[in-house]
Amino acid sequence: MSVSSMPLMPHLIVMPVLLPLVAAAALLLIRESRHRVKAAVGIAATIGGLAVATTLLVAVNHGTGPAAIGIYLPSNWAAPFGIVLAVDRVAALMLVLTGAVSVAAALFSVGRWNRAGVHYHTLFQIQLVGVNGAFLTGDLFNLFVFFEVMLAASYGLLLHGSGTVRVRAGLKYIAFNLLASSLLLVGIAILYGVTGTLNFADIAQKIPQIPASDRGLLHAGAAILGVAVVAKAAMWPLNFWLAAAYSAAAAPVAAVFVILTKVGVYTVLRLWTLLLSAETGASAVFGSDALIVGGLATLAFGAIGMLASQQLRRVAGYSLIISSGTSLAVIGVGDATLIGAALLYLVGSTLASCALYLLAELIERSREIDAAPPIREHESDRLPFRLENRDTLAESEDDGVRPGTAIPAATSFLGLSFVACALMIAGLPPLSGFIAKFAMLSALLDPNSAGAPARHVAIAAMRTTLLVSLLVSGLLSTIALARAGLRHFWTPHDRAPPRLRVVECAPVAMLLLACAALAVGADPALRYTRDAAQALVDPAPYIDAVMSATVVPGPSAALPMATGIATR
Amino acid sequence: MEVLIALSIGVLTCCGVWLVLQSRTFQVLIGLALLAYGVNLFIFSMGSLSVGAEPIIRPGVPADLLHYTDPLPQALVLTAIVISFAATALFLVVLLASRGLTDSDHVDGEEERP
Repeated sequence: MSVSSMPLMPHLIVMPVLLPLVAAAALLLIRESRHRVKAAVGIAATIGGLAVATTLLVAVNHGTGPAAIGIYLPSNWAAPFGIVLAVDRVAALMLVLTGAVSVAAALFSVGRWNRAGVHYHTLFQIQLVGVNGAFLTGDLFNLFVFFEVMLAASYGLLLHGSGTVRVRAGLKYIAFNLLASSLLLVGIAILYGVTGTLNFADIAQKIPQIPASDRGLLHAGAAILGVAVVAKAAMWPLNFWLAAAYSAAAAPVAAVFVILTKVGVYTVLRLWTLLLSAETGASAVFGSDALIVGGLATLAFGAIGMLASQQLRRVAGYSLIISSGTSLAVIGVGDATLIGAALLYLVGSTLASCALYLLAELIERSREIDAAPPIREHESDRLPFRLENRDTLAESEDDGVRPGTAIPAATSFLGLSFVACALMIAGLPPLSGFIAKFAMLSALLDPNSAGAPARHVAIAAMRTTLLVSLLVSGLLSTIALARAGLRHFWTPHDRAPPRLRVVECAPVAMLLLACAALAVGADPALRYTRDAAQALVDPAPYIDAVMSATVVPGPSAALPMATGIATR
Repeated sequence: MEVLIALSIGVLTCCGVWLVLQSRTFQVLIGLALLAYGVNLFIFSMGSLSVGAEPIIRPGVPADLLHYTDPLPQALVLTAIVISFAATALFLVVLLASRGLTDSDHVDGEEERP
């Protein structure tokens, strides 16, 4: 079963964008007081999205070469002229990851957070539109548009629940992202000016033909675009906002924000391997040193930051930074086996960071069981936003004590989940974090894949540094997480065991089970990510598939373009 | 005309960067708006500057950039204007919220202590 042989296939590719968009529109029509209906629609849409993403992944995994790439032409114009959506192994993997994280966050938010402000589920779905679109798009300007959709929703979600801390963090987050978007536009404009096209595949074809006089401009454009994208991927020194902003956000919001930095990493991976691949002549692997050094600096910053953090949410934030740093440095080194291992690591660390954000909220709440609910702690009397249904929050507290909804052995559940998260993030056995890290280390030690001879010495030094950094960062995160665990679980206290709700524990358990499943099914998973990395390193089939995609003939053969209505 | 456009982009961007680096939220807002104008002009200028040319192909005239203007950057800049305008407006709302919550227009929400 290849991509093209499935009955609904071409249209399934657009579903990860369309489904949340329609759900968001439907959610706007439902009154805010009917929050149960809203939650049901939101969760149904995220589960649907996960199902669609899984179907795409299975379909993509069965093809080889160009057959493994699904192309959709939303406006029915051929490739360099119309916009194009493309799904290959990496994109499908990221879609499934987004689906898993969003289902967990949407379920968790039903516990209390979706009633802390208006339009929570709508913004959540719009966020998914942007994220999925950024993974699917094959066009630079559409990438910008989907980035903006994603960011616009994230501004709203970050402020969800309101309060001084969130508004203060949101102010900086918005200002920073507006600046990064300006840089992104400048980079896109320069690339368009030099190559005369916006389609990824078409740019990749045009770059080897660019005259030497325009090379400087091309490299400047690529560098500006790169800075804008690594700012989203949280590369040092552009990541000062991350830990503060994410720890200010409501728990399910922070959990879904985990995927935002991965969008940055994915974009670096896609653009860098496609536009500046080894076949592009004078521009080949431009900027790989910057990626490796930046990635290593990010890794060091994340590890030290994690060691210095006291709050669990900050620890989770720095674990994200470590994950980004590792991925960026590995992309810079750029051989297929290594990137394949890093993709598995990326999946595992995303799931674990997401679970840790959710868990941090549960742990903090269980420690403050007698105090006022944490949702009110940042609020002052002069709220700038109208918070509807504020009384239902108090009601939801009572739900927790209702018999039958609290789960037994709550303390052990929290403790075990925390240990699982820590094992994943630090890369210790037996979960998949260890397997991915081990695969990365063995790929780094493999002397046969050390790159082109001309770059051999520099790259070999970088590889050794990366190897040592990976091990040291693993040690530092083990220390930091062990210390956090000691403080949160082994400190004696005399209070009632925490009461947890099933709906809030299920997402955490689900994410950690997914990590365990990744460890059990590590062989097929690693084979899949290696195939994905191989397709990235050798982009010719992707370019062929995009450029040879044919338009669907219109109802009248004389007017084949009659159905080409632009969707943007 | 190239010099004029380049100078205006440069001046807008310089003022924008300087204002964004200030510590008052309103200055940051105006800085972001100016930067967005600079970027929009920059995108526009990427499609070859021409006076009196139009993007619609006429019969008998060869279809190249000597005879026409490039329509794509104009379409792109339209999208970019809308998005940057909306995002700046949202920033203004958050700015007002921050002013209301913290009684300060400093970006940190509190005055620097000497």
